[in-house]
Amino acid sequence: MTALDTRENDAAPSDSTMGAVPSFDVTLRIRRFNPDAAEPEAYWEEFTVTAHGTDRVLDAMHKIKWEVDGSLTFRRSCAHGICGSDAMRINGRNRLACKTLLKDLDISKPILVEPIKGLPVEKDLVVDMEPFFASYREIMPFLITGGNQPSAERRQSPEQRERYDDTTKCILCAACTSSCPVFWTDGQYFGPAAIVNAHRFIFDSRDEGGAQRLEILNDKEGVWRCRTIFNCTEACPRGIEVTKAIQEVKRAMITRAF
Amino acid sequence: MQTHQYDVVIVGAGGAGMRAALESSTRARTAVLTKLYPTRSHTGAAQGGMCAALANVEDDNWEWHTFDTVKGGDYLVDQDAAEVMAKEAIDAVLDLERMGLPFNRTPEGKIDQRRFGGHTRNHGEAAVRRSCYAADRTGHMILQTLYQQCVKQDVEFFNEFYVLDVLLTHDLSTDDVPEGEPVAVSGVVAYELSTGEIHVFRAKSVVFATGGAGKIFKTTSNAHTLTGDGMALALRRGIPLEDMEFFQFHPTGLAGLGILLSEAARGEGGILRNSEGERFMERYAPTIKDLAPRDIVARSMANEVRECRGAGPNKDYVLLDLTHLEPAHIDAKLPDITEFARTYLGIEPYTEPVPVYPTAHYAMGGVPTTIDAEVLRNNTDVIGGLFAAGEVACVSVHGSNRLGTNSLLDINVFGKRAGIAAAAYAQTASWVELPDEPTTAVVTEIERMRDATASERVSDIRRDLQDTMDANAQVFRTEESLTQALADVRALKKRYLSVGVQDKGRRYNTDLLEAIELGFLLDLAEVVVVGALAREESRGGHFREDFPNRDDAKFMKHTMAYARATGVPGETEIRLDTKPVTVTRYQPMERKY
Repeated sequence: MTALDTRENDAAPSDSTMGAVPSFDVTLRIRRFNPDAAEPEAYWEEFTVTAHGTDRVLDAMHKIKWEVDGSLTFRRSCAHGICGSDAMRINGRNRLACKTLLKDLDISKPILVEPIKGLPVEKDLVVDMEPFFASYREIMPFLITGGNQPSAERRQSPEQRERYDDTTKCILCAACTSSCPVFWTDGQYFGPAAIVNAHRFIFDSRDEGGAQRLEILNDKEGVWRCRTIFNCTEACPRGIEVTKAIQEVKRAMITRAF
Repeated sequence: MQTHQYDVVIVGAGGAGMRAALESSTRARTAVLTKLYPTRSHTGAAQGGMCAALANVEDDNWEWHTFDTVKGGDYLVDQDAAEVMAKEAIDAVLDLERMGLPFNRTPEGKIDQRRFGGHTRNHGEAAVRRSCYAADRTGHMILQTLYQQCVKQDVEFFNEFYVLDVLLTHDLSTDDVPEGEPVAVSGVVAYELSTGEIHVFRAKSVVFATGGAGKIFKTTSNAHTLTGDGMALALRRGIPLEDMEFFQFHPTGLAGLGILLSEAARGEGGILRNSEGERFMERYAPTIKDLAPRDIVARSMANEVRECRGAGPNKDYVLLDLTHLEPAHIDAKLPDITEFARTYLGIEPYTEPVPVYPTAHYAMGGVPTTIDAEVLRNNTDVIGGLFAAGEVACVSVHGSNRLGTNSLLDINVFGKRAGIAAAAYAQTASWVELPDEPTTAVVTEIERMRDATASERVSDIRRDLQDTMDANAQVFRTEESLTQALADVRALKKRYLSVGVQDKGRRYNTDLLEAIELGFLLDLAEVVVVGALAREESRGGHFREDFPNRDDAKFMKHTMAYARATGVPGETEIRLDTKPVTVTRYQPMERKY
């Protein structure tokens, strides 16, 4: 069956593309929080739904919302790992719900689904993203150049372009930042995502704002708070080597005079 | 209720909305309202590139690009608009590069370009390298770059604000605007997701940049949030929608899932094969084969499946073969889409062909505009202060079939034009009075749904809508199938009147917003089907098996669909009219590739 996913159709079996993966029951144990309740308090709730071969955690969440409890609240949009809306803590790891296939999880036990950590929970899996975006804005995430605008494109060799390719992939989902123990305990820390986006410009040959960004990140809440735990790299759904990028920024601070 | 006042309000923060904001915010006090966060917009899902005749790697010019766009749109393109787009494409790409967009580069350090469907040298001689790209993440890079510039310019965003009404000086649904009397916009009504509060934004100029409506179909590359909000709001306020029967089905969606695999896969050398291993596009488009425009490729694929040459156990898809390409080349040029195949289907594209089938992708039609993005309320009169750009709009640069890459181009060229025009209008126009009780319509609808005890479930109606649209209004259409679709959609609209939601809360009530979005989808599906029934010909993305040929004598004209009052209070019906196509350089010819 294709079923219970974005197409909401569990009428016609058509599992042709994947080879027959039988349907299976899966239990999700979801951390819930209703801010409209008289005395709002977080609690766990379990739902069991039938899932199929290619279904992802997001499909199961939708099935619950659409067929069982419409009040279950989470963000999502593109449903294929590009928009960065649905970062969640799934079995203790930060993942995108739309990129996590149920069949790849241990479904003999309930799958734990919680909001990402370190940001205020607003409702169920929805957190306040504003502190996250505020850190991002602080590192001046835009190309800084001097002089007049060139009349044609600026030249950049394929090698220069390759130098910062990895960090251009960031979708600002916050999976990395909210997996970082330093960020959990120190709300002032810029967090991995902001540093990744600083890296994207610091290593862009066209950019002239590297010194300013390095100065910002040299702050006591900047890169030096990183303890090289690698949670961020593991969490990144885009496969960015986040810890490596942070290390490169640290090294640039030591080697570049500013 | 809160009231705000801005010179310019932009609705939507994808590529078109943010490109408009970059222009208008330097000239006039501007607010951008988005139902998501800006970087969540579906522009980010675009992959293959943005065409412009830079001629960085081989001979090219904007006139060839114009011709390809007109021919690709099967001559329903307004040729003056296509010319503007192809000419301004060059600056649009350079603008993005100056903003920092990380384009792939040639060995000399210039912006690299690659082949794309329907883009040719010298009026169809051979495929040309015209698409400027950043791996298969061009849309992601455009969205990020535009957001970065918005941060730099300190553009004011209202995130997770759903615009649910547009306020005009006149009720257009009764067609009784006195001759010569100007109609103008006065603002929008928005719903704040985090609080459930209603906001009125008073504005001199409003720019709609709300994107497409792919969720009327079941199999689609579109995000869950692409529910045609701007189109439906315009329709409900009596503004016509143009050419809505033309919907693009992208050939290469992951089979069974609809997730997009860029045409760049074929631009980089990928080949479509049927169950016999045959490169079947050689039969359908002998000159440019797999790089024929999307409507032709999608139809050819569907035809292979229909004639029992589909692959897989149910013979219901074809194969996209990349196995002859070097893995290093795939990694460099197509990293994301090959990862999609691995993640979602468990297929390794280095060694196995990828199952693909057409997926609903893009609305060629939309809110009719001039080339300055002004919204038309009939064939000639504009609505003062109201603008639209991007997929929500119909300029018309895409005619009956959009060429690949021309959507990223459209949002940049016409987003910029909309931002400039909206700011210019706001600088000279005087304030228009808001209507009395501007929020009544929105509040009434919300309360009805929240309080409903009778309960049709949103997901049931939406599933039935998407099922009938896929079954009856997809790649192949007939009078019979469309009549069925229309009956189904109308029955669903009746059921929708008793839709209810389970979540009765105020804060982050996405249950409620999904119900409202479903209403938009139902209204738009009706317009698509009514237009498709009336167009008794085949052109571009609209293929009628009972009328398989293009009929220029009867149908080389745009469809204009109006929702008009029937006389029964609160009830409207769709009335169709036509608008002439602007022809400048190119007389219609048979479309062969």
